[in-house]
Amino acid sequence: MSDDKRDLPPEDTPAVAKPAETSADEAAETPSVAKATPDAARPDDPDKVPGWQAILRGLGPRGLGLKIGAPVLALLISLVITMIVLRISGADPVSSIQSMVDYGTTSNSIVDILNRATRYYLSAIAVAIGFRMALFNIGVDGQYRLAALLAASLGGAITLPAPFGQMLVIVAAMVIGGAWASIAGLLKVTRGVSEVISTIMLNAIATGIIAYLLNTDRLAADRPGSNSVATPDIPSSGQVGPLNGFLSNIGIDLPGRLYGLLPVAVLIGIVFWVVINRTRFGFDLKISGLSPTAAQASGVSAKRMVVITMVLSGVVAGLIGMPELLGASYNYSLNFPAGLGFTGITVALLGRNHPVGIALAAILFAFLDQSSDILQEVQVPKEIVGVMQGVVVLTVVIVYELVRRWEIRIQQKSVASELAAGHTVAGEAAK
Amino acid sequence: MPDQVPAVRLTSITKRFPGVVANRDIDLEIQRGEVHALCGENGAGKSTLMKILYGMQRPDEGTIEIDGEKVSFRTPADAIARGIGMVHQHFKLADNLTVLENVILGAEPRKAGRIDFGSAREKIRAMAEQYGMRLDPDTLVEELGVGDRQRVEIIKVLYRGAKVLILDEPTAVLVPQEVDELFGNLRELRAEGLTVLFISHKLDEVLSVADSISVIRRGTTVATRLNPREVTSRRLAELMVGSELPTPELRESTVTEDVELAVKDLVVLTSEGRPVVDGVTLDIRRGEIVGLAGVEGNGQSELIETIMGIRTADSGTIGFAGEDVTGWTTRRRREAGIAYIPEDRHRHGLVLEGSLWENRILGHQTEKPNSRGPWIDRRGARRDTTRIVQEYDVRTPGIEVPIGALSGGNQQKLIVGREMSGEPKVLIAAHPTRGIDVGAQAAIWEHLRRARAAGLAVLLISADLEELIGMSDTLHVILRGRLVAEVDPANVTPEELGSAMTGATVEDAS
Amino acid sequence: MSTATVAEKVSGVRAKLNLRWPHYMMIAGALLVLLSAVRVLDGANDVTSSGTVSAALRLAVPIFLAGLGGLWAERSGVVNIGLEGMMILGTWTGAWAGYQWGPWACVIAGILGGALGGLVHAIATVTFGVDHIVSGVAINILGLGLTQFLAGLVFNTGHAKALGGGPRQSPPVDAMPTLTVPFLSGGKIGSWQSPDWLGSLEKHHWFLVSDVAGVLRGLTAGMSVLTLIAVLLVPVTFFVLWRTPFGLRVRSCGEDPYAAESLGVNVYRMKYAAVMISGGCAGLAGAFMVTVSSLYQDGQTSGRGYIGLAAMIFGNWRPVGLASGSLLFGYTDAMNVRGGGDSAHALLLFVAVIFVAVAGWQLVRGSRLRPLVTTDLERRTVRGAYVASTIAIVTAAAMLVWFVMSDQLPGELVSTIPYVTTLLVLALASQRLRMPAADGLIYRRGEAR
Repeated sequence: MSDDKRDLPPEDTPAVAKPAETSADEAAETPSVAKATPDAARPDDPDKVPGWQAILRGLGPRGLGLKIGAPVLALLISLVITMIVLRISGADPVSSIQSMVDYGTTSNSIVDILNRATRYYLSAIAVAIGFRMALFNIGVDGQYRLAALLAASLGGAITLPAPFGQMLVIVAAMVIGGAWASIAGLLKVTRGVSEVISTIMLNAIATGIIAYLLNTDRLAADRPGSNSVATPDIPSSGQVGPLNGFLSNIGIDLPGRLYGLLPVAVLIGIVFWVVINRTRFGFDLKISGLSPTAAQASGVSAKRMVVITMVLSGVVAGLIGMPELLGASYNYSLNFPAGLGFTGITVALLGRNHPVGIALAAILFAFLDQSSDILQEVQVPKEIVGVMQGVVVLTVVIVYELVRRWEIRIQQKSVASELAAGHTVAGEAAK
Repeated sequence: MPDQVPAVRLTSITKRFPGVVANRDIDLEIQRGEVHALCGENGAGKSTLMKILYGMQRPDEGTIEIDGEKVSFRTPADAIARGIGMVHQHFKLADNLTVLENVILGAEPRKAGRIDFGSAREKIRAMAEQYGMRLDPDTLVEELGVGDRQRVEIIKVLYRGAKVLILDEPTAVLVPQEVDELFGNLRELRAEGLTVLFISHKLDEVLSVADSISVIRRGTTVATRLNPREVTSRRLAELMVGSELPTPELRESTVTEDVELAVKDLVVLTSEGRPVVDGVTLDIRRGEIVGLAGVEGNGQSELIETIMGIRTADSGTIGFAGEDVTGWTTRRRREAGIAYIPEDRHRHGLVLEGSLWENRILGHQTEKPNSRGPWIDRRGARRDTTRIVQEYDVRTPGIEVPIGALSGGNQQKLIVGREMSGEPKVLIAAHPTRGIDVGAQAAIWEHLRRARAAGLAVLLISADLEELIGMSDTLHVILRGRLVAEVDPANVTPEELGSAMTGATVEDAS
Repeated sequence: MSTATVAEKVSGVRAKLNLRWPHYMMIAGALLVLLSAVRVLDGANDVTSSGTVSAALRLAVPIFLAGLGGLWAERSGVVNIGLEGMMILGTWTGAWAGYQWGPWACVIAGILGGALGGLVHAIATVTFGVDHIVSGVAINILGLGLTQFLAGLVFNTGHAKALGGGPRQSPPVDAMPTLTVPFLSGGKIGSWQSPDWLGSLEKHHWFLVSDVAGVLRGLTAGMSVLTLIAVLLVPVTFFVLWRTPFGLRVRSCGEDPYAAESLGVNVYRMKYAAVMISGGCAGLAGAFMVTVSSLYQDGQTSGRGYIGLAAMIFGNWRPVGLASGSLLFGYTDAMNVRGGGDSAHALLLFVAVIFVAVAGWQLVRGSRLRPLVTTDLERRTVRGAYVASTIAIVTAAAMLVWFVMSDQLPGELVSTIPYVTTLLVLALASQRLRMPAADGLIYRRGEAR
């Protein structure tokens, strides 16, 4: 018999098989518990224990508390570390943070933060899809850049009436992202190449290809008088207008231009949640991540799952550049946002691969990015945001791991004590 | 003897795990130069006790005395230093290192800062010779069979100059002949003045090899230092489980003529092209339990995985209910009614982080009541989980708790209940009662019998020869991937079965 | 019985792949001859020039050192994808010490900086049991963020700024002393300049002779002391890991930590040591880059930590294999750095010829097996051989067409060669590789199965 590698008690702990002895206190040995023998299991109406009761016993408010408490704890620790770093570098931590908050909550900043967060969000969802089945798609970065470049040049070359131009560009980006990601998936299932290594290599290759293609001899347009190299602009019929108009209709006035594709990101999050939690496919994906061996024995085709997941991850990665491309820049240039894939990894980790968590994490990271500009004024290099983000990730993963183990321990304890007290499903039903 | 200072004395050892007491007030005394057996059923707390004695875990209360001296072990290194050595039930050997490297690890002989391989090799050779074992120090461990691995483990312990040897369920993976060989080795060790602590739940073995016996039940000692000549196995069983041990047996035959599962000339190759399943032909009829006996690693795992579609057949066919299913996916086979109790429930049978009802869905994702079209039917799955929990007496406070929090026996009961749901036609059961307590064991046997009477065709694989003999209508022996014999379970003894499993007359080449 | 013969046949075919040292030497020789032929044919003299070779060596060293870091960590069972971050830390700490106290201080500080990163990785993965890759990614982010922040804070103020520092670069660091062998490559004895025999041979561009001279001169002229140290680390690592008690214990943690634990090995301590050595190697790689380019620059490592990891896998978790992998990557890198559009163009032909050879070999293998076919597996093997042969021929043809149709390769694509090579190598060889059995698994004391 073998033990789970996690914090379960060693193998022949008489865990819950024999309730009488599980009580540390000998006096508490209640004779009644011995009643839960096989004859108690008569075929009663199974509905006698309602689902909600079972849920309460299993999860309880503690579960929710941990889910929110852990990230808050991690963020507090990171905040303390950041303040220490600020102190060391000679700035006043409290006033620095204060000015960051002040600057970050101006309405100008909020639009920038939301735009940034949209990109981070899509990127993190792309990463989270892989994470959910224990696949590490480090290649989101290459996938979205390649997809954005090719989709941009396609959009710049073709003029179509309103919804079709946008759709063409978006679908093209999704296809390209998925196709580029599928290389890693196929290499993994056919040749056993770790997706971690292959996606890193594919990122570098994508960088080379983009540098090669983004050249006036190839995909870039000739722009006399400008030293930026960019693809031809997408015609206005193919662009997506800002959300501001819609928002002012419902009474929210914001300066600047809020990405018109922001709702798409929200939609992707909802679809992600529904698929993972409510569908058979999502179930297969989740168990493949938790235990590939058990998933395979249950009839999930591990190989197919790897390829599908990689492709889905790439498809969402293809979307990352779209809000910017269709809503702001209208072309792919050297100034197109880079490195979003890596930020996506950290945002997904911080958000625990849950769409709501990821949304909050994306906004936090966008806030840090935006508001760190102000630190220049107190003689602190704005690169401190990199330190902050690194610290956040590291504390977050450590705290999550510790909390997870603590949770298992608690759960075990409560299961054992409930059994000792005679609370079993079979026992309840027999009453 | 009693006036002698005991080699090991444990006094009121108590060890708690979250919510559970694994050991409670254990007292144990082992004299120098004896083979002492510690009996108890699965889950009684034997292994925890041994881990405490070997420094892998620390007791919450109680004291350990070695040769009359009180000690406190923080790590196995401390225990080793006091002359205690342990042969683990699951071998602790690194496959990709040589026998020599495995043996000297942690106690390397040095010469000028580097490992003195020469002297280590000499020492191991000499030791193997002294105790009558055959071992080449320079082979990789991955090339060794089970018996040889165990010998490496014993040499490892002796190499460190252990005076007290703990053997944790050493016979679990051995066939009777190998057990005899092991017991010969143990007697040899005793003759050299070593003390052996032998942990087992197999009573006949205990009675044949031990000088004295202690029994542990529900985490505490219920009898110590029994004399094997004055105690019967019936009395031991009563001490162990409070009643007689349940015996696996089938009643009247329910075998019909309809072949449900037909394996024909099945060949499965390793990635190196070596055949692991080599031309197996096997028919299982409705209402029949076909047992498959074999030393672990002789192709049983590969055979069942191929039947389940987890591996692909390299040639031959698998027929199910008259159809050729060789090319089917695992999921299609399961949907058609082939149920599967895997040999390693933690790796293949369960998702430990998942709740009970999520694990109910596992393996039956596409079937009612777990799903409707592409959607998971959470309500249906929950309701059916409650049914299984009641019918199969899974002791759990609720169906939302992660299954990892339950004991092995209760996990296994859920698996059995799950696989029996949805009226399967064929059940592939690998070690269905491994590592679980006798109550659960008896219950699972009863479920198998009932399903058989209802017409289920079962392929049963087990390392427990009594279970195989008692629960099979037909019994095949597998050796190096081939079915080498069919024996009549009604009049075969475990010893005879053991010889067939090792191919007694044929010389081993592996 | 038929299956037994299958096994024999399959193993018979495989046995031919069981290469030993003389074979490797012969293959290397043949490749050199081919390279020389290609060079002469395409007039791309840079392919085997001493400049290219010494650049290749110089560029291989950081990759090798990073890979060595990976090797140490993974031999102890910890996957270290944070090498890049540790390397970046090494560049900063190295430059910081280097501009003040000279190149040797740079080396020491670089090692310490990298080891610090290793320490963080060890704390996260070993003590807290965090997923190794997650921790590695976090360290890459932290390493980059911290160095950029510190560069802005330290190099952009006061004395450092006066010496030429800035937010994205450090003040200059003195170069390491270099070694040049006298007579062969024109090294100095005292103040006397000895003749450069290999150099003059190389200038003639003779078939093979000049190539050998070029390669040798590249290896014997102007070699940094640090390069020599890196080369020496190959046997040193082998000795420590495979011949000492410490090494055996480290490796046992990577193969089966619970077995090690049961014999009293302190697995946590071993892993800590190995991961910190790993970080130290990565830090040394960073310091090496600083001494070569004489300063710290933002983005200096440009993913070499990852390439090091790839080189380690390529080398099957062994020092010599790692070294050859690093040289391969260093060579392709050198092509790119030396503006090697022409050389890379010649290499197209080189690779095409190799593919033809592979195709021929697969064809021979397939037709040799074909008459013996009786089972599915054999049929699959034969089919595999033919498919491989076809793919190789097609690839070779494509390369040849490319070779004929173009004058040189665009630099952007040349820069992807190491990565494409890595992918190809992994795709073709990953089944032959054997990583430590417990690599990447999270170990908790006392929780054995």
